This record gives sequence, structure tokens and C-alpha cells, in this order.
Amino acid sequence: MNPELSTFFTDPPHWRWLIVLYFFFGGLAGGCYFLAALIDLFSGPEDDPLARLGYYIAFPLVALCGLILTIDLGRPLRFWHMLIERNTLGLMFKPWSPMSVGSWALMIFGVFAFVSFILALADDNRLPAAAARRVTVPRALRRVVAIIGGFFGFYVAGYTGVLLAVTNRPIWSDTPLLGMLFIVSAASTSAALMILLAHRYGWITPGLARLDRMDNWMIVLELLVLIAVMVSLGPVLRAWLNAWGALLIVGVIIIGLLLPLALSWRPGWLWRPGRVTPAVLVLIGGFLLRVVVVLSSESV
Amino acid sequence: MAEPMGFYTDTTVCIGCKACEVACKEWNQLPSTNGGANTLSGMSYDNTRTLDGIHWRHVKFIEQFSEDRRDGRWLLMSDVCKHCVQAGCLEVCPTGAIIRTEFDTVVIQSNTCNGCRDCIGACPFGVIDINPVSNTAQKCTLCYDRLQGGLEPACSKACPTKSIQFGTIRDLRGRAQQRVEQLHRNGEERAYLYGADDKMLGGLNSFYLLVDKPEVYGLPPDPKMPTRNLVSGSLYTVLGAILIGVAGIFNFRNRGATQVRR
Repeated sequence: MNPELSTFFTDPPHWRWLIVLYFFFGGLAGGCYFLAALIDLFSGPEDDPLARLGYYIAFPLVALCGLILTIDLGRPLRFWHMLIERNTLGLMFKPWSPMSVGSWALMIFGVFAFVSFILALADDNRLPAAAARRVTVPRALRRVVAIIGGFFGFYVAGYTGVLLAVTNRPIWSDTPLLGMLFIVSAASTSAALMILLAHRYGWITPGLARLDRMDNWMIVLELLVLIAVMVSLGPVLRAWLNAWGALLIVGVIIIGLLLPLALSWRPGWLWRPGRVTPAVLVLIGGFLLRVVVVLSSESV
Repeated sequence: MAEPMGFYTDTTVCIGCKACEVACKEWNQLPSTNGGANTLSGMSYDNTRTLDGIHWRHVKFIEQFSEDRRDGRWLLMSDVCKHCVQAGCLEVCPTGAIIRTEFDTVVIQSNTCNGCRDCIGACPFGVIDINPVSNTAQKCTLCYDRLQGGLEPACSKACPTKSIQFGTIRDLRGRAQQRVEQLHRNGEERAYLYGADDKMLGGLNSFYLLVDKPEVYGLPPDPKMPTRNLVSGSLYTVLGAILIGVAGIFNFRNRGATQVRR
């Protein structure tokens, strides 16, 4: 502990594994939706199954996130206090509180993720015929849904870092870059998850190669942002001179970022891994990143 | 609104009797630790150890002894919520459970708090924690119920040495300044006030007379608002989103289709 730093005089909020899981799944839900929307809006019809895959991932994960967050509350049955002011029954919204805005963003994103999920089911003829007939939505409206849903999805993926920054805890509030780190990591892990599932279904679409390329760009960007985070922490970086720092270097940087990057650029470098191994490594790295960021400050 | 009320704690006259802790626990009906089976800290004569959801007052024992224990001194300080004028907990609370009262104090409404714990990490002083009975975040209310009934808070009422003084902030600041001057005249030139002016979080409505650096008492030398990172953190996140968005559009753009449309 550095006696000069005021953030070291605060108490941890007991945000542990459930919050780590929420940050990870929330990033995947928001990121997969955003990537699906990008593919939907900018790619050709041959990539439509890939876009639908993103929508299929987003809704169950965001629903799971809502469940995780509710369970994590000290009083789960009061989850609605985040949205409705208990005493006046008016709307509860504080634009300067990331958790307040995040609660609304999560709910709105959940609605859009649900709509896109249903539309994807309809497109794949997986809805009962009677229901499917009712799901006829003009293309323009679908684009609007994808744009708004993509915006809120990305909000959910990134605000969690700002939520940590708007505290007084060591590490979290000692850098303004955690939101940027989380949103870039969300993009990279989401691309990896979509690649992994598309591979499992044996798809080969042009979009898959583009997802691969996108993932590599995001890994490079994440490395740069992670270095910037470390520089911006300054003397607080000493809080990572322990097992958490080791996990960050080995688990996140080497296994989660450098190794998948090396395997993508030089496929025969170590072994021929195909698409599955790098994607799994990226997902492991993204999860460990949240483990290190959340739990290292909790343990101070 | 009534005039702002608060505490002035003169640590130089605290004798560590913990009457304030007991009075606080009794009045606010706070449960005992581990169902009454308390354990000794093992490294201090202080066995309360911390402020938390069931200890809203905590008399800190700062025990400074030489290796051979021939020389030493005790610093004693009754710690409590600072009822900051700019309160980080109140700012981040997403449910509106934390309110500012007509006495300019900060109170958590237990019937509204849902235990999200955002306020715990936001407090610059590590004051708030979960009460395991209610499962909500709790801290000193500056005896809001007693104040509404025209009574003074239980802790200051119980303090036998007037280390904890209750009153209007204006009156307390005057008293505290006189005490600092008295101590300086008597040779204790290290005496100073912590949080008695508007510079620290707009002013602490519970402020202290100390005779050593704040860190020695476990107080942050430079407490800040959690929202200091809100704008910069958001802007960097937006920058990240823009970079990803531009990369994504560039990456997924269907060049063939674009050409056909032309």
C-alpha cells in the first residue's frame, strides 16, 4: 500500500465473481450484437447467417446478465429500484451515475436484442408458421432496430469500465481507460465467439474471414490500450506486482493476445491450430482480463 | 432547510473509552459481530477494527511504539461518516436511496437501498458497508431520527470528554479554530483541522482536529469525488467505440455490392 495515494483508504464493494461474469457476458452480448448489426448493415446477403448468429448469442446472454445482476444484489427483489424511484414511483435516472444509466441501457438493449432474436428466428423459419406470418418487418425498420440495438449493445459492453472508474477504488479509479479497454476487449472476444460457433456449424462465408481479420485488429488495439492503461496507472501499477500482475501478463497478454495473434499471422509457427484454438485463447484472455481488473482491486 | 449540522471531533481529548460506539449501537439497534462471539484483533487493543454496516462509529487506536516498547504514544480518533457536502456515495447511488437531509447530512434509506454496493467503492473514506441483517448498505445517519426529535446524536451525547461535539457547522468551526490556536499556544504546533473548510469535498460536516498526517489516522490525504473520471472515462470509451466502428465498417463493407449500386 502506498500511503500517499488516497484511493488506498477506501473499502472494496464486494464485486466478485458474479460481477466478473457479468462484465464478460455483457461484453459478449453487446459485442456480438454490434458485430451482427455491422454485418447486417454493411455485408452482403451471403453473410446473413453470420449476422443472425450474433443476434442468437446476444439475447440469451443479455437475459443471463440481468439474472446475474439481480442475484448479486443484497436485496434481489428490489432490482426495480434501479429504474423506478421507490417512494414516488417516478422514473429513477441519474445521468451522472454509470450504474443508473447502465441499468437503463441494459434494459433497452435487452428489448432490442429480443426483437432481433425473434426476427432471426423468423428468418431461419424456426418460428411456428402462425407466429412467423406476423413477423414481417420492412427492411428499413430492421436497419433502424440494428442501429439502435447496436448502439445500446456497445454501451453495455463499454460502460462497465466507466462504472469502475467512477469509484474511489485503487486501479479502477486511477485510470480513465478501463471503459476503452473493456469495449475493445468486448469486440475482440465477441468476434472470437462468433468465429468459434460458426466454425462449429461448419459455415464458410466471406464474413467469417472478415471476422477473423477484425479480431486481429482488435487484439492489436487491445494490446495498445492495455499498455496505455499501465502507463496511466503510474505509481498504482505497483498494486499489480503480485499474482494478479503475473496472471495479467501470462493469462491475458501472452495467452489471450500475443499467442492468438501469432497463430493467426503465422499459422504454421507452432502448430496448425485452425480457427478454433486462437478463438478459444482470445475468449480465455478476455475472461481473465476481467478477473484481474475486478478482483485485483477487490483484494487491495 | 435547517442550518447545516455536524460533528467536530477533537482527537487530542479522546480517551478511547468507546462509549460513542456503544451508544451508537444501542440507539440504532445494530447487531453484534458474529452473533456476539467476538474475536480479538490480535494486533491491537482495538477489537472493532473498522467502520462497516454494523459499526457506524469506530474509535481508532493508532498505537505507535518503538521496537523495545519503551517509548510510544497512542493516537485515538472516533471515526464516523464525514457527511461530505459533495458526497460521492450520494452521487453514484442508482436507486436514490441516499439522500441529503434538511440538516445537510447524508442518509441511506434502508427501505430503498437494494444492496448494489456502488456507494461502498465510491466513498473516499471507506465508511459504508453492507449490514448483514438488512443486506443493504448502511452507515452513520448522524442520528437523523434524534435530530428530527430535537435531540443530539447518541455518540456525542455519550462522549465523556467532549471529544465528539455536535452543533451547527458554523459554530463547530469557530470552536475548533479556537482549540487549534490554544494548542499552538501551548506548544502542540502540529494541531490542525482536517475537512473543516470548503476545500475538501465542499467541506466535511464531520471534521477532525488531528496532530499528525491524515494517513497516520487512516484518512486519505486528498479525498476526491468518484465522478472526476466520468467525462474522461466516457470520452475514451467513445473513442474506443469509434475506432471499432470505423474498423468494422471498413472491414465488413461489401465492396462488390457497392460497385453494383454505382
